[in-house]
Amino acid sequence: MISNKIFKNIFLAFLLSFVLSACATQTKKVDSQMQGDVYTGTDTVEYLATGVPDRVFFATNESVLTTASRDTLRKQASWMRKNSDVTVVLEGHADERGTREYNLALGERRANSAKDYLMTYGISSNRISVISYGKERPVDSGSNPLAWSKNRRSVTVKAN
Amino acid sequence: MIKIHKILILALFFCSSKSFALIEVDITRGNLNPLPIAVSPLFSDKKSNTDLKTDLNIENIGEEISTVVENNLKRTGLFNPLEKKAFLQNPDLAHLKPRFEDWSLIKAQALVTGQVKFENEKLRVEFRLWDVLAAKEMMALAFTTVPNNWRRVGHIISDKIYERLTGEQGYFDTRIIYVSEQGPKTKRIKKLAIMDQDSVNTKYLTLGNELVLTPRFNPTNQMVTYLSYFKNLPRVYLLDIETGIQEVVGDFPGMTFAPRFSPDGKKIIMSFAKDGNSDIYTMNLESRIVERITNHPSIDTSPSYSPDGKFITFNSDRSGFQQIYVMKSDGTNVKRISFGKGLYGTPVWSPRGDLIAFTKFRKGKFFIGVMRVDGSGERLLTENYYQEAPSWSPNGRVLIFYRETKSNDKGEGFSAKLWSIDLTGYNERQVPTETDGSDPSWSSLLSN
Repeated sequence: MISNKIFKNIFLAFLLSFVLSACATQTKKVDSQMQGDVYTGTDTVEYLATGVPDRVFFATNESVLTTASRDTLRKQASWMRKNSDVTVVLEGHADERGTREYNLALGERRANSAKDYLMTYGISSNRISVISYGKERPVDSGSNPLAWSKNRRSVTVKAN
Repeated sequence: MIKIHKILILALFFCSSKSFALIEVDITRGNLNPLPIAVSPLFSDKKSNTDLKTDLNIENIGEEISTVVENNLKRTGLFNPLEKKAFLQNPDLAHLKPRFEDWSLIKAQALVTGQVKFENEKLRVEFRLWDVLAAKEMMALAFTTVPNNWRRVGHIISDKIYERLTGEQGYFDTRIIYVSEQGPKTKRIKKLAIMDQDSVNTKYLTLGNELVLTPRFNPTNQMVTYLSYFKNLPRVYLLDIETGIQEVVGDFPGMTFAPRFSPDGKKIIMSFAKDGNSDIYTMNLESRIVERITNHPSIDTSPSYSPDGKFITFNSDRSGFQQIYVMKSDGTNVKRISFGKGLYGTPVWSPRGDLIAFTKFRKGKFFIGVMRVDGSGERLLTENYYQEAPSWSPNGRVLIFYRETKSNDKGEGFSAKLWSIDLTGYNERQVPTETDGSDPSWSSLLSN
């Protein structure tokens, strides 16, 4: 009886660990590129200077900056302070799963939240202009959650 | 007791209207019982055909016009144009006096006959509509025009037939402006394009050098407003399609977008985005006076006037998510009208005034639907992977919109096409375009 029970427990534990490990690997796989539905990978990222990524990513329908985005924007601000003649355009974008006009407004809102953050780190507003492309200029043409996460972005482009 | 009375009255009315013998098309159910109609080729004599052949590059003008009519009627889903091979009577004789028994033999309930003559450099087109069962003429009209206008004559005849048989205004002598799309998704080239509502006579109005979006007709003439990224400054423009002259609307220090005309054609209503906030503004095209209509930290966009100009419906995320609102045209009395599950966008007021068409997004699917102007009676007409931006036919009977297909991970398999659907949810069909297309807008009747 006892051995039977132990055997059962061991079996359950084994099963459980198997299920858990399966879960862990699955989350890990997504984690490497996305957190929630915010893109955290680097496939599409370009650099304004060494160690200064050019873009930040957003959750669906959101324009709130993530911790990683704020980190990127602080790097951009510090680079702009060092290169005081540089002016930039912030290009706001949305994914393809929304109506065109609303997405134009959403792209503008995203680019402006990046602009506001740069300004709080001492960059003058006359060095920053903003343009929204809505869903018109995706970087990834796939129709899947990862592609959409890459497309929900604000890209800082050197204007001069 | 009361109920019984009502039914009796209706039945009597129905009987009496029938006993006056005039055929009617049941327009409440779309394409369930399309009316069998025989469109006899319009008779054109040999001399007229020969004279016109070189100019127009067609063999038989009469047959061509009747084909335009036949195709228009067929696309409504309300008519079933009968096979011409089955016609027993010659076009010229039928036009003088149909042998009704021949036409009722092939089950035609209505008959269209006509003739075309080319005289003094003018095209003279005459047509008659006949009630086959009652053996009566229902209408007779004649048009004179320049030969190049022959397709428009076909559209006007279609409008007259449609109006006579359904009791509603027609929508065939109209055009559709849309955005022509080409190239990969990441580098899509977009041009303004215009065509007749039957997909013929496509013309490109811009070259594709800059991104253009959301063209919309002025309901009173052939002016268009749209969004252009000319010089990388997204602004609302006004375009006269006859002269090609265009100008920026207003002098805004930021992006203006989502333009539409007021019903009298004198104002443009649009969104202006500044510092992360989009609000709704109007500009009077004569006085150039700009008025701010909404003032709210949320996104307010996609405005559309009621046909009497007294109200505006628009899209806002002030509740946290995209929903549809209605307000007075001065911006007061804002009321949310969409309360179903999901997100709502692109509200557009019906030219009849009683409905608002919209796009709805729920559980990974996009729907085109209509609701009453107080938000009640929501009806979803069509469901798909992606579709949006409905635009009404000028009679408020048909919606045209665009639909995109899903692409694979490499971005292949993507397309954008125009589609139309009857208000009843029947008769969904693709509207052919030379290239991919999106953002369609339907003109008012050219002949009005």
